Amino acid sequence: MLLAPYRVLDLTGPLGFMAGRVLADLGADVVKIEPPGGDPARRTPPTVETAVGPQSVFWLTGNANKKSVVIDVSQARGQALFRRLAAKADFVLESYAPGTLEKWGLGYVDLSRFNPGLIMVSVTPFGQDGPYRDFRASDLEIMALSGAMSLAGEADGEPMRVSVPQSPMFAGLEAAMGALSALAARAVTGRGQHVDVSAQVAVMAAVSHAPAFWDLNRENPGRAGTFVTGRTLTGARMRALWPCRDGWINFIVYGGAAGRETNRQLVSWMHEAGMAPESLLRMDWENFQVPPLTQDDVDRLERPIGEFLATLTKREFYDGVTSRGMLGYPVSTVADLLADPQLQARDFWRKISLDTEREGTVPGGFAIVDGERLAVRRAPRVGEHHEVTVEED
Amino acid sequence: MADGMDALGGVTVVEFGGYAAGPAIGKYLANFGARVIHVESQTRPDGFRLQYPPYPSDRVGVNRSGCFAIFNDSKFGVTLNLKNPAGVALACRLVEKAQIVIENMRPGVIDRLGLGYDRLRRVNPSLVMLSTSNLGQTGRYATHPGFGSQLSSLCGFTHLTGTTDGPPQLLYGPYIDFVAVVFGGAAVLAALDRQRRTNQGAFIDLSQYETGLQFLGGTVLDHAVNGGVEQRCGNHDTLAIPHGCYRVRDERWCVISCWDDAEWGRFCDAVSRPDWQTDQRFGTASQRRRHESDLNDAIAAQVLGEDGTVLMLRLQRAGVHAAVVNSIADLFSDPQLAARNIWQEQVHPEIGRHHYRMVAYQLHDSPGRVRSPAPCLGQHNDHIFRDWLGVSTQELKQAEAAEAFS
Repeated sequence: MLLAPYRVLDLTGPLGFMAGRVLADLGADVVKIEPPGGDPARRTPPTVETAVGPQSVFWLTGNANKKSVVIDVSQARGQALFRRLAAKADFVLESYAPGTLEKWGLGYVDLSRFNPGLIMVSVTPFGQDGPYRDFRASDLEIMALSGAMSLAGEADGEPMRVSVPQSPMFAGLEAAMGALSALAARAVTGRGQHVDVSAQVAVMAAVSHAPAFWDLNRENPGRAGTFVTGRTLTGARMRALWPCRDGWINFIVYGGAAGRETNRQLVSWMHEAGMAPESLLRMDWENFQVPPLTQDDVDRLERPIGEFLATLTKREFYDGVTSRGMLGYPVSTVADLLADPQLQARDFWRKISLDTEREGTVPGGFAIVDGERLAVRRAPRVGEHHEVTVEED
Repeated sequence: MADGMDALGGVTVVEFGGYAAGPAIGKYLANFGARVIHVESQTRPDGFRLQYPPYPSDRVGVNRSGCFAIFNDSKFGVTLNLKNPAGVALACRLVEKAQIVIENMRPGVIDRLGLGYDRLRRVNPSLVMLSTSNLGQTGRYATHPGFGSQLSSLCGFTHLTGTTDGPPQLLYGPYIDFVAVVFGGAAVLAALDRQRRTNQGAFIDLSQYETGLQFLGGTVLDHAVNGGVEQRCGNHDTLAIPHGCYRVRDERWCVISCWDDAEWGRFCDAVSRPDWQTDQRFGTASQRRRHESDLNDAIAAQVLGEDGTVLMLRLQRAGVHAAVVNSIADLFSDPQLAARNIWQEQVHPEIGRHHYRMVAYQLHDSPGRVRSPAPCLGQHNDHIFRDWLGVSTQELKQAEAAEAFS
């Protein structure tokens, strides 16, 4: 595998799980360091029942492909043992509050003295410096300060986060990119370095091009519920989420080549169902452009479309857009995802064993490299690899 | 290590495609010193250039899109007509000198252009190539066209955003593209390392859909094992109580969360409501959970007149989780982002003075930075083909006559 030669010591809590997970997916030997009794985050709900009792679903998915050893890094003996392991490691990943590892004599300066090639990656809500570095922040506070919440929710309602924490995901992934960028530098200089990751900034990737509206034109993009904004020059908003027979559909009237083809296909689909009004049949899609549309234009266009979409099921819509080459997708629930024919065709889903009899479904590896999907092994039990990992050193 | 050395110095990346999912990866690499060459054509410029606002003063122009700019800083821009053999020949010469190719065309298109992995690995056997697409390179729907703003719905993100009894909520822009971007970035950097060690190339098939599902792995496992229907739940959380978003002064909002009774006690003191700690409805976490709606109303009423920033600072000083909800405009005055130098100014020949976003990781000894504004269409043709690639003046003239650059 791509990262086979490398050893990673993973001291992270939930904010940093994905960093080590991705390096492990790519083939690195990632060793989770847990306190005696195991990482407390193993018990965070929701949990599933396993051979060793209930385990957090976020722990099991965030730590798949890793090994586990038990070391109490808050005690002198554990610190000595950790230093010994770090002397031979390529990466240390951590997400303690800034200053914590230094207090234990395990900061970058301490560890790099014995291992100049070591790369240390620190994942925190706001980074190692700056006025907010010591702030308490969970996913909610990080999402708020990233700007992402200001863009989700109804226009006149409260800003929303995604119900499943997203900041640890974005932060962990950018941490992995930082770690591997430092690896590229080490290949030239032979020296490792400290990589400082801000979860707040990582989530800002998800506000997309919204900052450019403020920067260029002093427009402050906001949230619009089920509508999409920022696509017209008139400020007209366009509907994206439509109720259908068994849930919701995401359909947006686009311009451009793909959008014009979509619009033509939709009208012929509506015509087959006897639901295409004259106004849509007469549309000149060849010269159709979204930016100049007014709200009245949009409303006239969208009303019959909404009436048609309401007659479909999510699956009928998915089959229709894929067979007709149209833009648009259903709003999937997890049950829909597990039944998706495209994911099945790519043999995406994997089973991990929970105990001797039962298995649980998890996402398969995130990419197919040289024709093979990255593998997923179940997350380790507490200290499962202690003997082999600690003794061999 | 010498300060200022570039982590990805000497690495060349060639990009085919447009919009966010491919080019945003190159932006990360360019910030750390990779030479990233964004290939477009005069007849088919990057889709973000002409179809997506904002434009300064709302005047549309091929070199005026703020949406294109934000994903393409620090790069070189060239034009090649890839439907023209002379254009394809020059593209192959770029790839010959590159370590990485990133493309995000619809599956099958790059092969038809004569620039598929099987062709390019003959040009450059150790090439790392990433193909990132909506649904992956294989499978019955592989060639289905799609945009990230809708794929975020297929993947489950919109279903999981909003209140339990309300409609799903749209996520801004092509949300899932940015998930795929960081997975794709990690994969190409890992493959780059193997290339350096072993000279081995790699082909990475990245389905944006499948990367998005990694972000929901725990939810899938929960559903698959425990059954039931997963629900969106607004800003509610299963552990913290309160855990919500409250309106404060001047149409701003502040989030607050308390993760145990001790933190709740500190919150009550900090907002001068010590009585809440002995209130039958609010004293313990289980009481607060039973009366969550009353709790949120009470907190909302208590903080409504406060200045959001002052409230956040006071609560944080008291050891309580709290944060203002930054609007997009607020991001430009956020002191923490300023301390990290996240907004970096450049002067663009047509957009003028404006800002680019630095990425979330910083390398202590080889720091990244925004190096140059996004390229104008074909801006670096001379520099890249003549100066860097060393194409002779005569060859360039021939290629020009064959309309390779159109």
